[in-house]
Amino acid sequence: MKIKILVLVIFYLIGSFNLSNAANSEKVDQISKNLRCLICQGQSVYDSQSDFALSMKILIQNKIDEGKNDEQIYDFLKSKYGEWIVYDPEINKTTVLLWVLPLILFVFGGILILRKVSIK
Amino acid sequence: MVKNIKLIAVVFLVIVSFFILLKGLNKTNNYSPKLNSSKIDFNFKAKFLYSDEESTLYELINDKDFSIINIWASWCLPCREEHSFLLNLKSLDKLNIIGINYKDNEINAKKFIKELGNPYSKIVVDPSGVNSIELGAYGVPETILINNNSKTILKKYIGPLDNKKLDELKMIIKNEN
Repeated sequence: MKIKILVLVIFYLIGSFNLSNAANSEKVDQISKNLRCLICQGQSVYDSQSDFALSMKILIQNKIDEGKNDEQIYDFLKSKYGEWIVYDPEINKTTVLLWVLPLILFVFGGILILRKVSIK
Repeated sequence: MVKNIKLIAVVFLVIVSFFILLKGLNKTNNYSPKLNSSKIDFNFKAKFLYSDEESTLYELINDKDFSIINIWASWCLPCREEHSFLLNLKSLDKLNIIGINYKDNEINAKKFIKELGNPYSKIVVDPSGVNSIELGAYGVPETILINNNSKTILKKYIGPLDNKKLDELKMIIKNEN
């Protein structure tokens, strides 16, 4: 009986330890999901188990512990690895088409529909 | 006749797209970043491989005109290949070579140096890989050439050094003065 209780207590401790760890890294998960793993293209840093991604996650945790906010961490990584590391592209000369094209298509489609409706 | 034209059009389209895709296959699609910040981060702090002291990057690169930071590991095969090129660079007296031992076992790292020779003036360790990320590195091996006076990155090689890169490095060092 004593052994049973002991085992239960140990499991409880392990479980609660994991939980506290998980809560701590939730923020890391959130940030790393928005980062492209540069050496394993097609995966995010969050998904990847490569050395690069693992180190990146530790770095993000360190930065959070230092009291940096999300924006500062993204900016830091952008300054090191370039715009490509974040999934969300900024609006600049090379990406303006990417952002504007859907809008243009939407408006164009709208005009087409309006014309068809008004002809009827 | 109409049917024929449709068939020809489809076959034509397939052939065209085949060649477009074939061309796409031959194009290497590796992303290599433009250096949009050539400044080096001095927040970097690391422990030496051969002693328990710590040092900042600032202290490490300060004594000569140029520094090479080489990220390596004993488990990395290409590092073995490029080691002779680093030993070759050691003879340049305007240059010091700093090794960053990336995610390595200390005993293996020391064995690697003992076996292949030591091109580095100083070696620091990076057991978690965080320091390498702070430097903007991708993995091992990686080589960064720094101008110590202006504190800027002159050149960065991802992957092992070879004859061509070695010549290029020497050219840059020669032309900078």
